[in-house]
Amino acid sequence: MSLDEAEVRHVARLARLALPDEEIAALAPQLSAILAYAEQVREVAADEVEPTTHPLGLTDVLRADVRTPSTERDAILAGAPDPEEGRFAVPRIVDDETGGAS
Amino acid sequence: MSALVGATAVELAGRMARGETSAREVVDAHLDAIEAHDATLGAFLAVTGESARAHADDVDRRRRGGEALGPLAGVPLALKDVLTMRGAPTTCGSRMLEGWVPPYDSTVVERLRAADVVILGKTNMDEFAMGSSTENSAFHPTRNPWDLERVPGGSSGGSAAAVAAGLAPLAIGTDTGGSIRQPAAFCGIVGGKPTYGTVSRHGLVAFASSLDQAGPLAGTVEDTALLHAVIAGHDPRDSTSNPDDPADVVERLTDGVSGLTVGVVRELSGEGYEPGVAAAFAGALERLERLGARIEEVSLPHAPYGLPAYYLVAPSEASSNLARFDGVRYGLRVDAPTAEEMNAATRAAGFGPEVRRRIMIGTHALSSGYYDAYYLQASRVRTLIARDFAAAFERIDVLVSPTAPTVAFPLGDKASDPLAMYLNDVATVPASLAGVPALSVPAGLAEPVGGGDPLPVGLQLMAALGRDDLAYRVAWAFEQDLAFDRHPRGARAMAVGS
Amino acid sequence: MNPLPEGWELVVGLEVHVELSTASKMWCGCSTEFGGEPNTNVCPVCTGQPGALPVANARAVHDAILLGLALDGTIAPRCRFHRKNYFYPDLAKNYQISQYDVPLVSDGHLDVELEVDGRREVRRVGIERLHMEEDTGKSVHLGATGRLHGADRSLIDYNRSGVPLLEIVSRPDVRDPETAQAYLRELQGIVRSLEVSDARMEEGSIRCDANVSVRRHGEPLGTRCEIKNLNSVRSLGRAIRAEAERQVALIEAGGEVVMETRHWDEEAGVTRTLRRKETVTDYRYFPDPDLVELVTTPERIAEVRAELPELPSATRARLVAAGAAPDQANALVTGGLVEVLDAAVADGAPTASAVNWLVGDVTGRLSALGLEIGASGLTGAHLAALIGLVEAGTLSTAMARQVLDVLLEERGTRGPSDIARERGLEQVSDAGALEGVVAAVVADDPASVAAVRAGNERAIGALMGKVMRETGGRADPRVVNELLRAAIAATEDDA
Ligand SMILES: [Mg+2]
Ligand SMILES: [Zn+2]
Repeated sequence: MSLDEAEVRHVARLARLALPDEEIAALAPQLSAILAYAEQVREVAADEVEPTTHPLGLTDVLRADVRTPSTERDAILAGAPDPEEGRFAVPRIVDDETGGAS
Repeated sequence: MSALVGATAVELAGRMARGETSAREVVDAHLDAIEAHDATLGAFLAVTGESARAHADDVDRRRRGGEALGPLAGVPLALKDVLTMRGAPTTCGSRMLEGWVPPYDSTVVERLRAADVVILGKTNMDEFAMGSSTENSAFHPTRNPWDLERVPGGSSGGSAAAVAAGLAPLAIGTDTGGSIRQPAAFCGIVGGKPTYGTVSRHGLVAFASSLDQAGPLAGTVEDTALLHAVIAGHDPRDSTSNPDDPADVVERLTDGVSGLTVGVVRELSGEGYEPGVAAAFAGALERLERLGARIEEVSLPHAPYGLPAYYLVAPSEASSNLARFDGVRYGLRVDAPTAEEMNAATRAAGFGPEVRRRIMIGTHALSSGYYDAYYLQASRVRTLIARDFAAAFERIDVLVSPTAPTVAFPLGDKASDPLAMYLNDVATVPASLAGVPALSVPAGLAEPVGGGDPLPVGLQLMAALGRDDLAYRVAWAFEQDLAFDRHPRGARAMAVGS
Repeated sequence: MNPLPEGWELVVGLEVHVELSTASKMWCGCSTEFGGEPNTNVCPVCTGQPGALPVANARAVHDAILLGLALDGTIAPRCRFHRKNYFYPDLAKNYQISQYDVPLVSDGHLDVELEVDGRREVRRVGIERLHMEEDTGKSVHLGATGRLHGADRSLIDYNRSGVPLLEIVSRPDVRDPETAQAYLRELQGIVRSLEVSDARMEEGSIRCDANVSVRRHGEPLGTRCEIKNLNSVRSLGRAIRAEAERQVALIEAGGEVVMETRHWDEEAGVTRTLRRKETVTDYRYFPDPDLVELVTTPERIAEVRAELPELPSATRARLVAAGAAPDQANALVTGGLVEVLDAAVADGAPTASAVNWLVGDVTGRLSALGLEIGASGLTGAHLAALIGLVEAGTLSTAMARQVLDVLLEERGTRGPSDIARERGLEQVSDAGALEGVVAAVVADDPASVAAVRAGNERAIGALMGKVMRETGGRADPRVVNELLRAAIAATEDDA
């Protein structure tokens, strides 16, 4: 599998990385080489094998529905690049569809 | 007074307990050594002298008051800068988090404090733990105390170098695909990746959540085991933390290897391993056999697919874990007219090239049309690797291999070839994928390819899930017999304590 | 009722998000309370600080299973949480923890009842899935308009971030706006009866999006548009109708419906393009490695099932069987009045009068006061006592209404008898107490007395009025009537 520059640009958009053209150009062969290596996993016949996403196989780790003290607002906002009126300020949001849970 | 700097944790603890020295003296001596030598070594990103001295004074006060203290009370430690600690910056070696002071303590830090281990500062690392040389730190490289022109390994290179140079008797690292074991091997010290779920990840800034484990680094197996015991244990704040009691790695540490079966992993030696490494490994097998272990060759048939699987799973998780660094809530922001452009500009500027590369790989591997072939397939291969281990551990107590295929390589050597850098993790990644515990213990010195003073080689010991104790037991017996002089020496070495 | 021209069919699927009213959030111990000062119910977990980890709220999982069972769904024996990856400033980690290939609940259904041509009819709406996820923070948009368009900057508050959400996705079984509205109302009723959410649309604790498409009868499904910003049950119905009409008009004019998300403009009564979905968003779902699998055993399911209360449909049937009209039964269930009704009846109130009081006077007063029954202080015991006082003749109906007013004003701190006594509202039925007044009125108005005697029955009204005036309205009209007639008869005898 090799990635061309257009695909690299698409991935950069998904990853929300503003990459300059030179880096896109440099990344295309690098990512292609890494993916070509990683693609060895496809040599393994594993269609019937359950995937492992957690080495211990723990299940049902739950906490009781109990309130614990929240963090002081000032402590949470202390690291914010642009705190305003007790909130986190950001410049104009263009994508107006994805706000709120859906 | 014999040197405090360069002594083991057990020695220091003994001297403090006997009243021959104080925690404050021990801590001051190490802070002085850091002050004198770290400009050369580059092991630390931040030194927390003030809080370290205050903690040491408190330990001394309580010791004078007759309080029963833990076995490592007053012993100084270097903390990898990927674990949060109130009052000190946590950067993860990244411009993205430069200046960020976390609003909470990691569980590892809470446990260290509760054991009265004194934290000297935060150590350098590959940015967000991505790398095998610590050259990916956004701030400065760390040098290998055995050869200042070489890398200390990574990503916990700062922690390993600090211990090897004597700037701290103990250190905490984190290991995702070998990031404790490989730098321990490169720096001639001991490092352990506990069974996944043994050490809480609460407050460990995630690289790859299903692989990340914090673990101990120290000059000796005993020190490493004692530190392991301090940080191990269930934490309800981490859903992946093991609720069962962790293995007691101290109790039977000195029981020896007689009667144990040691398996040599066929797929993790031979081609691709430097001759010096191979020779040291062969010597280690002879030694184990002489000590009474039964040596068998074992096959982990899917181990060769470990590295390819790792370089899909880890970047995939990382691409999502690192999405939160967007210039909104903390860390760097690069101004731009819209939120979307601000996010993208911040992330491009805040992440270094290797982090960007891995985010790109992971984003691609999870994306529509590729998920099944990449992430899902890699997760299935992971199952097969775990099954290989489980089958082997039915009759084998500890599996061994060289920790890394090479000794420490020169700074800049692999910087331009990401894939060559990744290949250095080939022996460590299988245990990470299976979640099993693995240690690296010095196995002697080997001349590097191309010549030069001999450099340390690591022996990797892997055990079944939850059997960290077996790996420690074999490592201890091996260490006692080898009597490896862990103090760096050679023309380009920097030795502090000896 | 199909609102479209002859030959056209409307197809609607509904996506409802319900915020659970757990004490703490889905992954952390922060409070879920609505409306606090910004960023006061937050911690490292729900603001996505580096190194923070989620731990699932057991109560939320329980509530999801409970609702799943109420919707007759199948509970997955094993399921996981997935990460839905997308960037948005209100999303603290830039991924939402949700569920993907295996939702906790699948294949449920909801029966809704509605009136069609004067008859009540039951429609079944299939439920494809119910899954667990987390809510996002909230943005305030600063700038000229206060809306996102034209805002210069936005301020983010993470108080809502991580509040447990259930997403309930219906099958495209809905064919008219009324069914959609009934479905939403019914779901609201179920969720409330289970006490898993207060399901207030105005506070956003229940939210609904509608996927709307149209087709000519017998044709395959048309291209759908997702309608957002539906802030009430009424706007859901209006928006579906408006969108369906727009799509039919577009197709009939030779155009084509484009798959997109549209925003309902309540004032203008139209839907508007929010964003075209040129490419489907690539959310890169994968299992969240910070969380482990959820296992639900048959034993656990049985345990939760045993907790199921009477569901609204069963309650309505029971009420109708007890003599309530279907509309009344509906109003009682929707108004959350059944508990008070049952308690009043248990306390001896006749069902019919308790129903009448609740559906009529109580409901009217609550809505005038902007009160929920739960906050009003009115109990079943109060209602039974009030009805008892009327039946015993101690209070007239008018007085009882006054007592109810006071009781609600005081939020039920005192019962009806205390209020009546203190306000001097008790009806005077004791003949001895009224005889003097009656005698004085009769003596004082010989003209009216003469008129009555002459057979003018209406004249007795004037005398009654005088007695009532004299007694401050407290006299029992039945007793007064009797006394007046007796007194008038006595004057006749005298004559
Ligand atoms: Mg959703
Ligand atoms: Zn929180």
